[in-house]
Amino acid sequence: MPMKSILAAGAAVGVLSVVMPVQAQETVNAVMERGALRCGVNTGLAGFSNPDSEGNWEGLDVDVCRAIAAAMLGDPDAVEFTPLTAQQRFTALQSGEVDVLSRNTTWTLTRDTSLGLNFAPVTFYDGQGFMVPADLGVTSALELSGATVCVQPGTTTELNLADYFRANEMEFEPVVIEQIDEVNAAFFAGRCDVYTTDASGLASIRATVAPNPADYIILPEIISKEPLGPVVRHGDDQFFDIVKWTVYALIEAEELGVTSENLEEMMGSSNPSVQRLLGVTPGMGEALGLSESWAHDAIAAVGNYGEIFERNVGVNTPLGLERGINDLWTRGGLMYAMPIR
Amino acid sequence: MAQADTSAPAQEAHGLLYDPRARAVFYQVLTLAIVVGIGWYLIHNTLANLAQQNIASGFGFLDREAGFAISESLIPYDASDTYGRAILVGLLNTLVVAALGILFATLIGTVVGISRLSSNWLVAKLASVYVESVRNVPLLLQLFVWYSIITVSLPHPREEMTVGLDIYLTNRGIYVPVPLADPVWPLVGLALLVGIVLAFVIRRWAKRIQETTGKIKPVLWYSLAVIFGCPLLVWLAGGAPIGMDVPVREGFNFQGGIVRTPEFTALLAGLSFYTGGFIAEIVRSGILAVPRGQTEAARSVGLKPGRVLQLVVLPQALRIIIPPTTSQYLNLTKNSSLAVAIGYPDLVSVGNTTLNQTGQAIEAILIYMTVYLTISLLISLFMNWYNRHIALVER
Repeated sequence: MPMKSILAAGAAVGVLSVVMPVQAQETVNAVMERGALRCGVNTGLAGFSNPDSEGNWEGLDVDVCRAIAAAMLGDPDAVEFTPLTAQQRFTALQSGEVDVLSRNTTWTLTRDTSLGLNFAPVTFYDGQGFMVPADLGVTSALELSGATVCVQPGTTTELNLADYFRANEMEFEPVVIEQIDEVNAAFFAGRCDVYTTDASGLASIRATVAPNPADYIILPEIISKEPLGPVVRHGDDQFFDIVKWTVYALIEAEELGVTSENLEEMMGSSNPSVQRLLGVTPGMGEALGLSESWAHDAIAAVGNYGEIFERNVGVNTPLGLERGINDLWTRGGLMYAMPIR
Repeated sequence: MAQADTSAPAQEAHGLLYDPRARAVFYQVLTLAIVVGIGWYLIHNTLANLAQQNIASGFGFLDREAGFAISESLIPYDASDTYGRAILVGLLNTLVVAALGILFATLIGTVVGISRLSSNWLVAKLASVYVESVRNVPLLLQLFVWYSIITVSLPHPREEMTVGLDIYLTNRGIYVPVPLADPVWPLVGLALLVGIVLAFVIRRWAKRIQETTGKIKPVLWYSLAVIFGCPLLVWLAGGAPIGMDVPVREGFNFQGGIVRTPEFTALLAGLSFYTGGFIAEIVRSGILAVPRGQTEAARSVGLKPGRVLQLVVLPQALRIIIPPTTSQYLNLTKNSSLAVAIGYPDLVSVGNTTLNQTGQAIEAILIYMTVYLTISLLISLFMNWYNRHIALVER
């Protein structure tokens, strides 16, 4: 499997050199013709993208893919999922192996520019944290000087880690392994004192991989901003618009009180915003180049943003995360959809 | 085409068309043109596509700050150094593990190869089982097994296991004490080199004595005496410093001494045992390929079994062994890139992180290819030289 990243990079070299210059709307047309959306997801991170016991992908990132597929093709199952490691993801997107990357990927300036990518709105505001065994006796990240730290390569996490220890004049020894399963195994075998990644990821790994979740604590320090969202490559603005507005539609639906359960009822709503969102008043779908039922289909498939959050990572799931800053702006969070009109 | 001067133009063209040399030149030029054309097309399209997708290109990123840490390095490195230096660190790590891997694989291969020919049933069978199992299990799986053995089986630093002499085995690495820095140590190293050179001189001298007088000198003892005697004398003359930097538990891990990480140990063990299996077969086939008559003839002139092996069998077997062993050395070097699976920061591991952060896949892949090509060609050059050196000189 690790050779896969080299293969992916090699494939990128190959594809970039042979494919004729990209046409506008190439991605939209390709998805429509294929009848399926190709979506890059994590190889296995419970709550975000993880196959269940029957091999069906589920999680917050996966639901975003399903919503886009529903909006474009009317079918939330018209998605081909490609599990990607942190190192493989960008080359897979750049080379056209996937249409959209929905894989807990942090939005940064370099990625947005020199990697030739476009970030759609944030679907999860995260921050980097540290997890340690409880019996290590550490209560703050500032006590970690000299520790051995497990981290996945090619992530912003790897860079923040170096920055944080440099800024606080502390030493550390990194253990950098590409496959998330191998990093997990190394940490729980005691190869490292500390595991660092996004706080949501730590919660997920502790809840689902740790032999006994109570033996591990997540330190209070959050050392970075990690806005995670879907990513597309440069070159197809229409596809970028579709991804962007599908995410906004999910957030807007929560704000307007439209859920997967009351959806049909809401079709008869007299609220003009709801009518525009659900295509009762036509125009929005046409502007995106989709059918007027785009948002209706997306919400019918996965529910609004709040439903997606609660179903995958909320307090009633093994991850048990509070909405926090991922709540709607009207409730003091950061989730704010641009006006759909 | 001397007669072309006298023939009519039409005939000349006719002659040119059917001239095999002219045709050969034409087809070669045509082939070259097609290859160059395809190459140009690919490069042009790549650049156009990169520009269209706004993906950065060029090697400028090598001067930018890397920002990530690397666990083990031969040269000073920290996160504020450049990508170029990070890649150099990875390259040196690759060279270290490849060089040690080649050394150990050769030792293992030679011992196991000879053992397979042993008349002792148990030794021969054990060697066979070893060769058949390591050759037939994918290297990547073997690396995972070695890595798991070290990280899961060895104890945590807080409940370390010691094998005496202040050597500690933990799942964070193997900690070994080293002598404290002292100006004498570099001189001792130099004396060791001098000793090795002297040993070679002694060997030549003994050979000349044997050729002229027929007397055999005990070369081994003389050699060992100079190889170990020279450094020992220098050490004594330098005041015999005995201070050691001993690993002690401090904070989370051991500090002091030198440490070999589990990643390095697992990779080195995996590469050495895997390639050792192949070299064992090469050694065995090389020895078996020397005709039996050679051994019998050597015995019949009264040589002892050791001298038969040393003077008659091995020199001939080596000529058969060296070329395929060269390919194994090349394989080992290239296989070291599997390090990325178990987290050893080799060229590909560091390069992949760089690739991922800068998005410059093509440049990174070009660097890998250039580096592995250069290393492989250098190994080939050396082995070919050695092969010529030991080749049979026919009179």
